[in-house]
Amino acid sequence: MLLALAAVPVLIAVAVRLSSSPPEPGRGPPFLDRVTQNGLFVSITALVVCIPLFLPLTVGVVAGDTIAGEANLGTLRYLLVVPAGRVRLLLVKFAGAAAFCLAATLTVVASGALIGAALFPVGPVTLLSGDTISVGESILRSLLVAGYVTVSLLGLSAIGLFISTLTVVPVGAMAATIVLSVVAQVLGALPQFEWLHPWLFSHYWLDFADLLRQPIAWTSFGDNALLQAGYAAVFGALAYGRFVTKDILS
Amino acid sequence: MGEQPNPAVELAIETRGLTKRFGHQTAVNAVDLAVPRGSVFGFLGPNGSGKTTTIRLALGLAAATSGQVSVLGQTMPGRLKDVLPRVGALVEGPGFYPFLSGAANLHRLDSADRYAPSATRRARVHRALDRVGLGHAAGKKVGAYSLGMKQRLGLANALLMPRELLVLDEPTNGLDPQGTREVRNLVRSLAAEGTTVFVSSHLLAEVEQMCSHIAVMSVGSLVAQGTLDELRRAGESRVRVRTPDIAAALRVLAALGLAPEQTEPPGRAGGDGNDDSHDDGVVSAPLAPDSRPAEAIVAALVAGGVRVRGFTVERASLEDRFVALTGEGFDIAQ
Ligand SMILES: Nc1ncnc2c1ncn2[C@@H]1O[C@H](COP(=O)(O)OP(=O)(O)OP(=O)(O)O)[C@@H](O)[C@H]1O
Ligand SMILES: [Mg+2]
Repeated sequence: MLLALAAVPVLIAVAVRLSSSPPEPGRGPPFLDRVTQNGLFVSITALVVCIPLFLPLTVGVVAGDTIAGEANLGTLRYLLVVPAGRVRLLLVKFAGAAAFCLAATLTVVASGALIGAALFPVGPVTLLSGDTISVGESILRSLLVAGYVTVSLLGLSAIGLFISTLTVVPVGAMAATIVLSVVAQVLGALPQFEWLHPWLFSHYWLDFADLLRQPIAWTSFGDNALLQAGYAAVFGALAYGRFVTKDILS
Repeated sequence: MGEQPNPAVELAIETRGLTKRFGHQTAVNAVDLAVPRGSVFGFLGPNGSGKTTTIRLALGLAAATSGQVSVLGQTMPGRLKDVLPRVGALVEGPGFYPFLSGAANLHRLDSADRYAPSATRRARVHRALDRVGLGHAAGKKVGAYSLGMKQRLGLANALLMPRELLVLDEPTNGLDPQGTREVRNLVRSLAAEGTTVFVSSHLLAEVEQMCSHIAVMSVGSLVAQGTLDELRRAGESRVRVRTPDIAAALRVLAALGLAPEQTEPPGRAGGDGNDDSHDDGVVSAPLAPDSRPAEAIVAALVAGGVRVRGFTVERASLEDRFVALTGEGFDIAQ
């Protein structure tokens, strides 16, 4: 899965490089038009492309598999009679899913930076606010964005973990988690549900542009972190409530 | 055997009124199990009689609907964290990651155990694999293991640490004759070291050879429990008389207070080709434990003019006892 994620920036970069006319501003994904001027924008473009579907997909697969996958293989009962401890198992599994979120976004960013540097000129970056920062600092900003996206996916991970405690069929838990991430984004796109929007875990997913300004505006990062922490707490508690008393019959 | 558990005997597993319902089906029904420490305890019962469910309840994998379980003197699942490190278990077949090797699977499970010292992990995994004869297949992916190899790996997992109690759910399932014999030897040697072994099985011959105690489940209820000898003794013995004088034999045996029946008609029992045995039949009768000695029965038969050409007293096998307790029917009861 990480390989597939790494392929996305490569695909974007190669496509832009091979096309004769440079991308026009305003068409295609945001930041696409800047790629030809500065290879460092490949990472950001790739993240924007991956956030709506590809990243939630991989996170859904990993988080949905956490408990249901072990139950399906029959390893869950052996972990529990070790005894690994049910709460400890949940925590380890959530930490694992979070680690995957980080690895996934870092993979996109790193792969994007490498292919961008290989195919396009690299130089000081002009931020959205018009200021210019050095290459070193821009890499730091990329990592910050990766951190933002990782945090964005924690709520979904917790949802996946909870769903995974409900079933012994891992594919079911994966599919349900992915479907939820799509539903959240569809609701987020409908103005009729405006009252609901601030509560959707996908609400701040694409709002990392504030990190590309000078000075950095931390409000969206803070709001996002708070929302994701809320989701993690609620669904973590639900997963705990479900799993601690669950009969393990697989 | 309806015998009250002796309170002086320390119990490795004790259940009181243990009940587990799945919806409206009662999988385990008011089971009072008493597994003495140091015993090799055979847990018998037809398919679906509730053995695995009882084991799950004892190991804290599932919660009882009512009743209590205590394991090694501690109540479960409350004291699970203190109890389970001292228990090795194989529950309803092995469960492993197919994409990891046998040794890697054991490493992973062992590192989940906080009481298992990591310094000795490699050596313990190696020894456990050797003990079940998997030394040469340690590096092979479990996905490529045969059924019996997986089963052996499951046993190895239970043996990673020295345990006070081993709970083995059908350990010889899928094993070849050598493997079966090895498991028997393994269980004996573990029992000799003082480990209590609680083993569920369908193989009665197997259980007869290795167990000191037995309990029998039927449709969720415990129908018998005791030492192997107690259980066998409770089964009825039968006398079998081979004779051409069926009617006379029936009459004499009935006069002795037995309930005889003709089990083979005349002409069917003379299997050995002797000229004088072609018209033999067989009469048999259940023998109560307190009935007169066999020689007195023979004397009475001879005195009654019965030509006795064969006479045997058959002790009930465990299989007879098992069928008597759990019924003849082949269909799953619920
Ligand atoms: N998860 C479950 N949901 C509903 N019923 C179940 C479940 N697990 C077991 N049962 C029922 O409980 C009863 C006892 O099952 P259990 O697995 O304990 O039998 P067993 O004695 O181990 O049988 P076997 O010899 O085939 O292993 C069966 O009737 C079974 O259908
Ligand atoms: Mg079973």
